[in-house]
Amino acid sequence: MHLMYFTEQPMSAYPADAGRDFGATALMFSNKHFDPVAGSRLYNQYIEHYKLAEEVGFDGIMLNEHHNAPFCMQAKCNVFASILAAITERVKIVLLGNPLPLADNPVRLAEELAMIDMVSKGRLVSGFVRGGGQEQLATGVNPAFNRERFEEAHELIVRAWTQPGPFRWEGTHYQHRVVNPWAVPLQKPHPRVWIPGVLSKETIIWAAKQRYPYIALSTAIPATKKIWELYDSVAAEAGYTGGPENRGYLQRCHVAETEEKALANARQFMWMQGEFTGLAHPVWSSPSGYFSPSNRRAFVEFAVGRRGNPRAASLEDQLRDQQIIAGTPKTVLPKFRRLLEETRPSILGLWAADGFVSNEDTKTCIRLIGQEVLPAVREMGKELGLLSPFEADAPVSIKYADRAGRVAEPAVAAAG
Amino acid sequence: MTTTEATWTTESVRVAGQALPFLKGGSGDPLLVLHHDIGSPAGLPFYDLLARNFTVYLPSHPGYEGSERPDWLRNVRDVAVMYQSLLAERGLTGVSLLGLGFGGWIAAEMATMAPTAFRRLVLVGAMGIQPAAGEILDQALVSYIDYVRAGFEDAGTFERIWGAEPPVSQLEQWDLNREMTFRIAWKPYMYNPTLPNLLGGVRAPALVVWGRRDRIVPLECGERYAKALPKARLAVVDGAGHFVEMEQPDAVGKLVTEFAASS
Repeated sequence: MHLMYFTEQPMSAYPADAGRDFGATALMFSNKHFDPVAGSRLYNQYIEHYKLAEEVGFDGIMLNEHHNAPFCMQAKCNVFASILAAITERVKIVLLGNPLPLADNPVRLAEELAMIDMVSKGRLVSGFVRGGGQEQLATGVNPAFNRERFEEAHELIVRAWTQPGPFRWEGTHYQHRVVNPWAVPLQKPHPRVWIPGVLSKETIIWAAKQRYPYIALSTAIPATKKIWELYDSVAAEAGYTGGPENRGYLQRCHVAETEEKALANARQFMWMQGEFTGLAHPVWSSPSGYFSPSNRRAFVEFAVGRRGNPRAASLEDQLRDQQIIAGTPKTVLPKFRRLLEETRPSILGLWAADGFVSNEDTKTCIRLIGQEVLPAVREMGKELGLLSPFEADAPVSIKYADRAGRVAEPAVAAAG
Repeated sequence: MTTTEATWTTESVRVAGQALPFLKGGSGDPLLVLHHDIGSPAGLPFYDLLARNFTVYLPSHPGYEGSERPDWLRNVRDVAVMYQSLLAERGLTGVSLLGLGFGGWIAAEMATMAPTAFRRLVLVGAMGIQPAAGEILDQALVSYIDYVRAGFEDAGTFERIWGAEPPVSQLEQWDLNREMTFRIAWKPYMYNPTLPNLLGGVRAPALVVWGRRDRIVPLECGERYAKALPKARLAVVDGAGHFVEMEQPDAVGKLVTEFAASS
């Protein structure tokens, strides 16, 4: 198994009443409420948490980014990836990920990622995302071309990583006279690419076609199983068998010395789901052209307030469905076993705390997970045969797999 | 005015590899009517008024109102070129243009492309020019219903046309129209920075009509259109917001008819 530590990097140090009064704080909640003194303190705390996570035995640190949003103060995951490349020694740096459509110059992203891979001595996992609806508005990027830009930027980045330059790129959304970055990834044929997601079938299908692991973000177990059914059927059409090495899951999990404390802190996972901040604005979170056309009806009803947020369930429901796990190391383990048995992921992100959980409680949680949960989960993974892409030596993509599904020679020519 | 309704037929031409559907009705000189970004509600009294004095051509913009989406379309001038082709396909000359809101921007682009081709140009609450002080209301930040409601001074008119709670099918159509608007007018939003420079070449007499309480496109844009077009006058209509022809169909109909009859 590949076990990762994750935090959204919440920015909770602003007047709670102002946030509640405003409602959906992603996008338009004024940054006059952003206190850079608190920001500086929190960024440095998060760095301490990442170092601790490596120390206590996590295999990877998962990073993401959002814009204009208190629920995530990380506005550029490559910045934290660069920091981690220098201050950590062992953990994989897993970006889930860079929002490709927001990039006006994907070649610059390819360069940055190559630099991070070299500085970290080959520890980069470079996931890609579409970015949330609000992000398209925050960066002025056309939501109607989101998926086209995602796919074209991805293709350009992989080519920039694998095909010797200089070459010219004349695409639909990107044009580059000379692609010839003087920074290429250390890992060959290129760093692993994992694709996280929660709602869009299109993304699952796309990831499966590429043979990129898909990371389900805190979906309920039945929904997660449906994701794997779809992924596996696309995999079969593409000529390979989907398995644990293709499956990842992000589990919200708060562990404390007592049940009571764990439950109290777990409520903070609701912090970004509307109890305090982060509530998805019906219009801003789903700009026209951004969402899947097959869900148009549901989204237009959501946008005018005739349907609830498809992602908003109560804490109690999410605890029952195991989308959130809380407890002592002893009481959370059976829940992990159920998750692993029923959905068989080999990549597991553990999102340990959110909102107002204190620095001390967060560190305790990281320690308890590292010392008491991770070793047991690893044993379960072994018993259940959940080999991570690294353990299984899985090909980085379908392009680099031979017919038997093994890693093909990392020949530059194969990049074509 | 009487309320005799015109007979409308649905026709279609192929333009730029696409089927371009349009309604045709009435009799008289040809008048190309270009609809709003939100589409074109069926059976507006205003259209029937126009049909008494003109042969009205009312196309659905490519990709709007259920018409085929040209995936390659990237800006409003592309739409203007498609309509030039529609007129050529039908062999129409001496055409007058009447553009409503977003359609007004398309009409203005058409006029700059063919400065001597059009008999008259009427722009009603037209997008296309950047206001110096205010902003054109950004539909990306408001719901389908709130955006359309913002275009009326009187909420009652909105409800007469769509009902107090528009059906989901209408919301879906507004979403499709909005997506198409994003595809061609996302950035800069709802204006072409070069347009004011080009309007000076237009030879056709122009009438610029604006609702006194337009909360979608500031009245200032009407003033700028009237200034940039060499033979233009501005008429401001009371009791109307952005959708002037829906709120005050008789007043706008009269302005257009008199303007067309003037020498």
